[in-house]
Amino acid sequence: MSILIDRNTRVITQGMTGKMGRFHTKLCREYANGRSCFVGGVNPAKAGETCDDLPIFGSVAEAKQQTGANVSVIYVPPSGAAAAIWEAVESDLDLVICITEGIPVKDMVQIREKMRQQHKKSLLVGPNCPGVITPDEIKIGIMPGHIHKKGRIGVVSRSGTLTYEAVAQLTELNLGQSSAVGIGGDPVNGLKHRDVLELFNNDPQTDAVIMIGEIGGGDEEIAARWVKEHMKKPVVGFIAGVTAPKGRRMGHAGAIIAQGEGSAEGKIAILESCGIKTTKNPAQIGALLKSVL
Amino acid sequence: MKIHEYQAKALLRGFGVPVPRGEPAQTPDEAVNVARSLGGSVWVVKAQIHAGGRGKGGGVKVAKSLDEVKTLAQQMLGMTLVTHQTGSKGRVVKKLLIEEGAAIAKEFYLGIVLDRARQKPCVMVSTEGGMDIEEVAAKSPHSIYKHWIDPVTGMTEKDAAAIAQKLNLPIEKILVDLYRAFWESDASLLEINPLILEKNGAVKALDAKIEFDGNALFRHPDIVALRDLNEEAPEEIEAAAHDLSYIVLDGDIGCLVNGAGLAMATMDAIKLYGGEPANFLDVGGGASTERVTAAFKIMMKRAGLKGILVNIFGGIVRCDVVAEGIITAARQVHLNVPLVVRMQGANENEGRAMLRDSGLPITLAEDMGDAARKIVALKSAS
Repeated sequence: MSILIDRNTRVITQGMTGKMGRFHTKLCREYANGRSCFVGGVNPAKAGETCDDLPIFGSVAEAKQQTGANVSVIYVPPSGAAAAIWEAVESDLDLVICITEGIPVKDMVQIREKMRQQHKKSLLVGPNCPGVITPDEIKIGIMPGHIHKKGRIGVVSRSGTLTYEAVAQLTELNLGQSSAVGIGGDPVNGLKHRDVLELFNNDPQTDAVIMIGEIGGGDEEIAARWVKEHMKKPVVGFIAGVTAPKGRRMGHAGAIIAQGEGSAEGKIAILESCGIKTTKNPAQIGALLKSVL
Repeated sequence: MKIHEYQAKALLRGFGVPVPRGEPAQTPDEAVNVARSLGGSVWVVKAQIHAGGRGKGGGVKVAKSLDEVKTLAQQMLGMTLVTHQTGSKGRVVKKLLIEEGAAIAKEFYLGIVLDRARQKPCVMVSTEGGMDIEEVAAKSPHSIYKHWIDPVTGMTEKDAAAIAQKLNLPIEKILVDLYRAFWESDASLLEINPLILEKNGAVKALDAKIEFDGNALFRHPDIVALRDLNEEAPEEIEAAAHDLSYIVLDGDIGCLVNGAGLAMATMDAIKLYGGEPANFLDVGGGASTERVTAAFKIMMKRAGLKGILVNIFGGIVRCDVVAEGIITAARQVHLNVPLVVRMQGANENEGRAMLRDSGLPITLAEDMGDAARKIVALKSAS
């Protein structure tokens, strides 16, 4: 067990023939069961061709039908990424992971509303995220595989490199991970901290969770209140951006303290009040997790 | 991306939203000419900077003669306007908006923002206009009405009627036009504060603030053309040209990091150990030699810089490649402040050896906390 993905997952890459899609699909295939997990790519202009000996299909629907894929990973450039997400959602894939950074917020707002109104079954991770990994089974995304270790700690984060940081600290302490999920740094995204925490809560192979947040929005607060009510496992947290000025976007489109919402201090206070221990030292996230086991 | 009030009003006018007549001016003479061509006997002289709270800071004044327009324009142009949104250094006023005066009967607040939790645009209105909405939210939250818009259908007549009724104002058409302006220009914030009812019964947007989604600018060249580089820090403009995400802060320890979350965490670690970060800087996942060199050059320009912390989590990118970039950059910029480097990831040992053997004043750190502690100690000793 694990969450979202495992060795039996079958993945297609949308935007596989682009530089980034091709490079990372190659690395993902080299990781654990990647050879059998990654089954094809999508590019309407190159249908029927192969790319690094994977078949390229003209549409997601065709790729799904031909390969039995249940997950898609998207590297399509920002102007076409929302349409790519929608195509995958319309094909009823179980999970759509969008790596692309820089998608207009309006495009995401429309996609999310259509997903809700039409009761689409696909789960969306991202956009602007590193992806999802279940160590020693499958890696879907741009995270470095070698820092991970199979184990029983879940990790969920809005930031890519900060996820790697937490994972590396865990591995250093000999604490492996069940799955690590990067939900992305955009203001409008798919799965949120709360959703991923619920998945970890229901996963018998996960014993505890690290939740990493940052300034902007109120998702960490919502997740913290959910943890207080429902979580059966220890959760520890780190929130980045105590030193971030108000009203400035700190790299991630969603990392901004605005309309009186989203400060790091406010989030930390609510996490602590909901029983989630936090550290102010980003080098101690792994040690903090170890202390609650 | 932010624009000036006069630009926001011109944009809204294009969508059919009623705004006072007015034109921008960059000299006192231009201001007088604008006032003369507007006619009437009362004008408003408004400083144009990308920050709110201008009225309280002396950046909005009423003139009752053309001579007074000139005097006020002379006073305002070139003045440093400090408001609660500019920080203590304030902003130099380089442009004015000269408008016809308005006979205000009542002021309201109207804002359209994106509600991140509901993932929908939200129209907020209040009968408490002219005040900071955050202040209104704290003092009289009951006076704020929120109405969420279905982003697939857009604002319906029913939506507009429901909102207009809360303010008891005939603004159904204005609401539809404002929403179109917000939606079609990919705005992230549209704020009319105040929306006024004039004594003659007309409703107008007396002030206008619009911010745009940076991710959507590629499809709005007309909006990109409105960017005023005078309102941005020169280092930030230079950084953007190198595709670096850079934000100037008040401290004296520069930091160079890959990844936005890690960059914020690094700043926080510096603060935790008693230092103050001089900047936010994300060099991106690649951390190439070109980018690292450009980043060092920008940081070194900073007056009063006392040290630099480099924090690279080398995942896909190799540490020896990053080390080479740091060495090249440090030599090029004639590094004269302490530099602490923390690198983790592939080929870490090779990278660290290269930095150690470079002959440059580089201190290696074991982790992010160690790096922050070391740079704060080195800075204090120097």
